[in-house]
Amino acid sequence: MAEFLQFFFSGLTVGAVYALVALGFTLIYNASDVINFAQGEFVMLGGLSTVFLAMAGIPLPLAALLAVLLTIAVGIALYYLAIEPARGASAVSLIMITIGASIFLRGTAQVVFDKRFHSLPPLFGSDPIRWGGAAILPQSLVVLAGAAIIVVLLWLFIDRTLLGKAVIATAANRLAAWLVGINTRQIVGLSFAVSAGIGAIAGILVTPITLTSYDVGTLLALKGFAAAMLGGIGSALGAVVGGLVLGMLEAFSAGYVSSKYKDAVAFLIILIVLFAIPNGLFGRGKVERV
Amino acid sequence: MSKLRHAVAVAAMSMAALTAGQPAAAQIKIGSVLSVTGPASFLGDPEKRTLEIYVEEINAKGGVNGQKLQLIVYDDGGDANNARTFATRLVEEDKVVAMVGGTTTGTTMAMIPVFEEAQIPFISLAGAVQIIEPVRKWVFKTPHTDRMACEKIFADLKRRNLTSIAIISGTDAFGKSMRDQCVAIAPKAGIKVIHEETYGPRDSDMTPQLTNIRNKAGVQAVVNAGFGQGPAIVTRNFRQLDIKVPLYQSHGVASKQFISLAGPAAEGVRLPAAALLVADKLPNNDPQKPVVTAYSRTYTQKTGQPVSTFGGHAYDGLMILVQAMQRAKSADKAKVRDEIERTKGFIGTGGIVNMSPTDHMGLDLSAFRMLEIRNGDWTLVPEGGS
Amino acid sequence: MREPASHRLALLGALAVVIVLMPLIFPSAYYYRVGALVFIFALAAVGLNLLMGFAGQVSLGHAGFLGIGGYAMAIGPVHLGVPPWASLLAGAVISAVVAFIVGRPILRLKGHYLAVATLGLGVLIAIVLTNEASWTGGPDGMSVPRLVLFDWAVRGSQQWYWISAATFLVGAILAFNVIDSPTGRALRAIHDSEVAASVLGVDVARGKLAIFVISAVYASVAGSYLALINGHVTPDIAGFLRSIELAAMVVLGGMGSILGSLVGAAVLVVLPQTLTILHDYEHLVLGLILMGVMIFLRQGIVPSLAAAVSGRQT
Repeated sequence: MAEFLQFFFSGLTVGAVYALVALGFTLIYNASDVINFAQGEFVMLGGLSTVFLAMAGIPLPLAALLAVLLTIAVGIALYYLAIEPARGASAVSLIMITIGASIFLRGTAQVVFDKRFHSLPPLFGSDPIRWGGAAILPQSLVVLAGAAIIVVLLWLFIDRTLLGKAVIATAANRLAAWLVGINTRQIVGLSFAVSAGIGAIAGILVTPITLTSYDVGTLLALKGFAAAMLGGIGSALGAVVGGLVLGMLEAFSAGYVSSKYKDAVAFLIILIVLFAIPNGLFGRGKVERV
Repeated sequence: MSKLRHAVAVAAMSMAALTAGQPAAAQIKIGSVLSVTGPASFLGDPEKRTLEIYVEEINAKGGVNGQKLQLIVYDDGGDANNARTFATRLVEEDKVVAMVGGTTTGTTMAMIPVFEEAQIPFISLAGAVQIIEPVRKWVFKTPHTDRMACEKIFADLKRRNLTSIAIISGTDAFGKSMRDQCVAIAPKAGIKVIHEETYGPRDSDMTPQLTNIRNKAGVQAVVNAGFGQGPAIVTRNFRQLDIKVPLYQSHGVASKQFISLAGPAAEGVRLPAAALLVADKLPNNDPQKPVVTAYSRTYTQKTGQPVSTFGGHAYDGLMILVQAMQRAKSADKAKVRDEIERTKGFIGTGGIVNMSPTDHMGLDLSAFRMLEIRNGDWTLVPEGGS
Repeated sequence: MREPASHRLALLGALAVVIVLMPLIFPSAYYYRVGALVFIFALAAVGLNLLMGFAGQVSLGHAGFLGIGGYAMAIGPVHLGVPPWASLLAGAVISAVVAFIVGRPILRLKGHYLAVATLGLGVLIAIVLTNEASWTGGPDGMSVPRLVLFDWAVRGSQQWYWISAATFLVGAILAFNVIDSPTGRALRAIHDSEVAASVLGVDVARGKLAIFVISAVYASVAGSYLALINGHVTPDIAGFLRSIELAAMVVLGGMGSILGSLVGAAVLVVLPQTLTILHDYEHLVLGLILMGVMIFLRQGIVPSLAAAVSGRQT
């Protein structure tokens, strides 16, 4: 029983990371139909900028805040300089642009920062909390709490504010939203900014557990994308659930099946789920107009 | 037709760009294909910096045999296909006379045929024993083999009467290769490997694997074969799960940064490492002390980063090559190769190198020191006997 | 249609002439190698283009088939005693079978779901290649014996240049034939609208599956050549980044344009070679160039340039 609990904690820890990345994918996709493969780089920028700003002598909380602002600026720049000029391009072209952006951001990070691994101090110390024979790091709970808070804040924003309604309208039908006077360009730019911010915050929260370096973005994007699709792209709840499920699959495969094949088992199960539920766990099927 | 002319112009410009930066003059061209980016950048980046720093230093002191060195470095990104393309480029286009590089075993193996056919001495910076076994006329290497790391760890285990171990290794080339060697020599060393787990090199939580190891009855020690961030996370998880048996890391941790990343969990961890990591702790009569102290100082000053044993391997490779050229009094490929093979008593960061026609690495087990981490710093473990 | 039949013959002829004349300006064997790599990747890109550009099905895992073809050239001769030419065929057959089996369920998915499913497939293949070390040599890979055809051992970049160029031309001709065939017409109908196509009686599922299998075979042959020209094969031949690279070649060159696949492959093989003069900045610049091309030539290089030259806005 204790080992089941330990695998569960491990799944939560890793899953929370994926959930936050998947959330970023979903936000941007909802507003613009773009799958942003640079999402992983937002996470990297948040963590690594904080590390380097702190190394330069800036107190940690301020460094974290600056890192988030910096990443948001990068997200906005990505939209206005790369995505917006290409509006009207096919979905695949837009994906290629974001892939080019992720290569660019990684290449810049390699020059501006360095290629080593870095960590950040955990918020509540590194002594694990022991419960039921298993141990979980306090920082894992921080990441989970962070994900929960972000989801709640997003829901409040979407449901209770006028701007939030505008976002929903843009997501539902951009042309119609534009016709009723919503500045859809700004809405999409906003979604990039918020996604970047979430990515950065995720990076800062998870770095004490996962460590960070200039190229963490690639694998995170891969898994975050898989998690977002598993949960059903377009649903914020789906993104979080997808991330947690992916983390659980990896942890339980590593524990009970084979540590060599844990990633393979996780992907296999994602494939099987998608075969059975082609729109993901919480996804809404798109009505295809003939 | 203007499209065609444009295309030709672009092609011509590209080729001009390709061949640009090739000064005429009598410079000795040394090539290097390293994995500066990609999954092996932890190894390749210090290697590149080291080569650049020391080529500059050597040139500042007048070069080799009166000629300056020209270092040509290409980044293969850890990909064997790219490595081979760059190797071909070094041989055919840049016309190098020697090669110090090949960060990983995969890239090295892909490049060996190119340099063998061109009869250019190739000093590899990769770890696996198959690079020099069987001995290839033109191929040498500077890092210790992972077999030696296993031998060192097993000897220490036996001294502490720990004979049943679990191995947790990264699924990357470094981890797999070392795990294979450890499993292969364990019976002869009197060690039994009773459980194994693996993790992905970029994984962030190894508690499921370590839980299985902790639950396996009879495990007396754990050996972690891996490099980069993996060992740091394994070490942290070890403490998180409150596992009491001793933990051995490998030479893949390579730098003091491991201690700061692993935090208080690193206390009591042992690992085999080159003398480079404990330069300041070596007794004054240790023959390696001057070399490793000088390299540490230079590297940390010039890069602002802690020294890495992988960078040290690049230093050794370059210096062995340079000294061979000096002994041969020329840059002739065949003569240099012969002199590399005659390297005797070369004191490097990795150990004392004595090459021969049957040994193209030249290190023995004394090149590895057993270290233990205490109070956030390395200490040398005294070794009575082997 | 991007390339009308009358243009195609001229195109292929011009290409053949360029292929034959290029070596006259090659200063060294290095250029032959780069050229060979361009044609090898272009072959895989053509196959992927049939799937992505003509049938409109995204695949982010196609490098998995590169891996199957590549490792067939190592496992066949080394472990099973099968001669290289037979291993090449076997690799293609295995890729076709895998594509056939996996294709049916996978191709029921649409859009980004299909993308992630193919991504998962590619990752699965790469993981198996990395982990089954007793067969595949593990992460360090395996060496690949030379291809021997009737006493002639293929060696050297020069020979591979001619072989891969010839194979690419054959592949392009076959691709043109596929496009013109009933299957090809069905493909284009499916791309425009699956619903309309099925209403017209097109067997959508069978059409997609056929193209998936064909594109897998193209990739497998390319992967085999890659393993042979390098004499060594490692699991990153099948990796996620390799799949993205292939997809980028297709999109960059122009989806639906066979010539575009060649251009895309040429760009992504030659560009990193030319950018080495930038040292640390090469990846940064590569990313910028990728973004720039997709923003300003958003149909891909060949279609956008063709449209610009003929004065039409597509």
